[in-house]
Amino acid sequence: MKKKDFYLFIVPSLLMMFLFIAVPLAIVFQQSFYITQNVFEDVEVETCTPGFLKQICETEIQTKPKLDANGNIINVSVFVGLENYKNLLQIEKFKKSLYSFSLSEIEKINFWKAFRFTVTFCLITLPLVISLGLLIAITVNNLTQSLKGPVIFISLLPFIITPIIGALAIRWLFVGEGILTSLIEYLLERDIALFASAWTLELLMVIYRVWHVAPFAFIVFYAGLQTVNKETLESAVIDGANRFERLRYIVIPHLMPLIIFVSLIHLMDSYRVFEEIVAFSSQAYVISLQWLTYDFLTPDDTGNRLINRASTSAMLTMIGVSVIILPLLKRTWADYREGNL
Amino acid sequence: MIETNSLKQPLSLKISSSIFVVLWCVIASFPILWITVMSVKLPIDAFSSNPLTVIFGPLTSNERNYLSFQDLLFCTFVLTIFIKFKAKIYNFYNKFINFNDILNIIFFYIFTIILFYLAFKSFNYFIPVLDVLDFKSLGYTFEHYQTVWVERGFSIYFKNSVIVTFGVVIVSLTFGTLAGFALARSNSSIAFWILVIALIFRALPHSILVAGYLPFFMNSSEILRPILGDLAPTLFGKPMAVIAVLVAINQPFTIWLMRSFFQNIPSELDEAARIDGCSHFQAFLKIIMPIMWPGVITTGLFSFMLGYNDYLVTSLLLDAQNQTMVPAISGLFNRDTSTTDQIVAVAAAVSITAPLFLLVLFFQKQIVSGLTAGAVKG
Repeated sequence: MKKKDFYLFIVPSLLMMFLFIAVPLAIVFQQSFYITQNVFEDVEVETCTPGFLKQICETEIQTKPKLDANGNIINVSVFVGLENYKNLLQIEKFKKSLYSFSLSEIEKINFWKAFRFTVTFCLITLPLVISLGLLIAITVNNLTQSLKGPVIFISLLPFIITPIIGALAIRWLFVGEGILTSLIEYLLERDIALFASAWTLELLMVIYRVWHVAPFAFIVFYAGLQTVNKETLESAVIDGANRFERLRYIVIPHLMPLIIFVSLIHLMDSYRVFEEIVAFSSQAYVISLQWLTYDFLTPDDTGNRLINRASTSAMLTMIGVSVIILPLLKRTWADYREGNL
Repeated sequence: MIETNSLKQPLSLKISSSIFVVLWCVIASFPILWITVMSVKLPIDAFSSNPLTVIFGPLTSNERNYLSFQDLLFCTFVLTIFIKFKAKIYNFYNKFINFNDILNIIFFYIFTIILFYLAFKSFNYFIPVLDVLDFKSLGYTFEHYQTVWVERGFSIYFKNSVIVTFGVVIVSLTFGTLAGFALARSNSSIAFWILVIALIFRALPHSILVAGYLPFFMNSSEILRPILGDLAPTLFGKPMAVIAVLVAINQPFTIWLMRSFFQNIPSELDEAARIDGCSHFQAFLKIIMPIMWPGVITTGLFSFMLGYNDYLVTSLLLDAQNQTMVPAISGLFNRDTSTTDQIVAVAAAVSITAPLFLLVLFFQKQIVSGLTAGAVKG
């Protein structure tokens, strides 16, 4: 393909990505070093209250936001360097609580609270998703042909459902006197409140996420199982390998590239954990990094959005993304050099 | 291939693996089934701690509508017939009408059910013994759906969802097919770097991007005035702006997926067309696109899901009257004041899920191929 044609084909897509991904990224980077404030001015205000014989007048100096000609509050952006980052990270407080090994102190700083949850969430769901997906793929692969279609259909439902709706469905099963809470209470013979403590909420989020993503892992692994070399399996049988050994030494190594692929995609997506927080209304107990940025962007009671703080937390979120993306890039680079891409 | 005994599974393994599959199917479908059941019940039944009360809804059947035991029997009967003699019934009809598309098949099912129903009723008319079975068993009511769609404005949100979703699908497919084709046919290092950058963009949390758009979108009419004059729009709250944003967010995934589909089409095909005198674009449009439809449909499905399912971008960038269905639901479930409100939210959730359910029903194969396209080759 000639260069000119190549560019003609690719330019609309590149332009979209440039305008709506690259440019906002640059803007966010810049915003994270600024603070947008209202301009205040000191106004001398004389307040008079009617008194006997004479009015009692007081003059005081009040600070009021300055208004422009249209009556809107004037904002200015001030360069503050790393001030926003310091405010968000609270390094001093963080260090202090780190030295005293008190996790509860760290949890009081919103950013570290969100960071702690996001990272543990990724790391806990990962092995669960992979192993459950693998288990379903292997068992479904053994089913008779006519049953595979319906099982795949049912398996796709948790994956296809709108994330926030899926999380809400789980919420309604467990909230208050929900059907599964009642069951657990019946089994334990005591009252439980799943939505009133951090660890139960986190457990529910893990359950939801595994339920939601396992089908994806299953479908990918299932497709991979179709390409396992039958002759290798047969020769393993002749060599006396039992079922578990065949799985361990032939099937799993064959699926290994897929396992890595699913892991990386899952890490990418679970690092963005957000909908669970909204659906479970868990912000008082559990928050995630993406939710933190979202919360700064949501207008407060007076209609203000903390854009600069949001930008700062967004930039800090990026650091984690780069850690996850590096192995993926390495893999793509290797593929490219071997000409497999 | 040799069939050895040791490749066959022992009975114990067979049993335990089928139990596991059944268990997984129950877990996978249960939450969705359960909210569907809840949504057609009165609050007292729906939030009962006894599962049987939730399923049968005694209060609902007393105060609203119900299916009698007879009706249920009829339904099971028809279902069994369908499952057992599907092919035979199908062939029987095929003698009269040619069923070759989905609409015909739907028509065929409805027609058969009506036929069965009439037969059943007339049978009951002549032999009234079955009246004994005519007692209330399964209560249902659609009043929550009515509340959601009529009073709470979901019909408007639905319309907005349709606009945003289809906008995203159409634009993202147009741009994605072009870019995917170019990337699949080019070996240059620029193509590689574009793919790598797309991969990095794919990993970005969406809230980062929204933090970049918000200030610009809110003040866009002032910022763009020097360029566009008085036509400069305020982008905040506009569906068009959200479509552009979602298309951009979706573009990295789309071009990777499209590229892998285009790579499956041998490049000799468009080279042949080029030799016959087509330009690159003509070869793309006349030779490649006609055989690319499966890939386009698959990619379109994933764009659809992204546009339809998005909560974060739409909730921050759309104003109240342009709100789509998914963010609108947060206004419903946060009112924890009464149980009726909660059931209304449940009905809204089921309403949002229904189109996705149909999507899996009709496009299962395409979704599966999309999930595996990028992965299995590597």
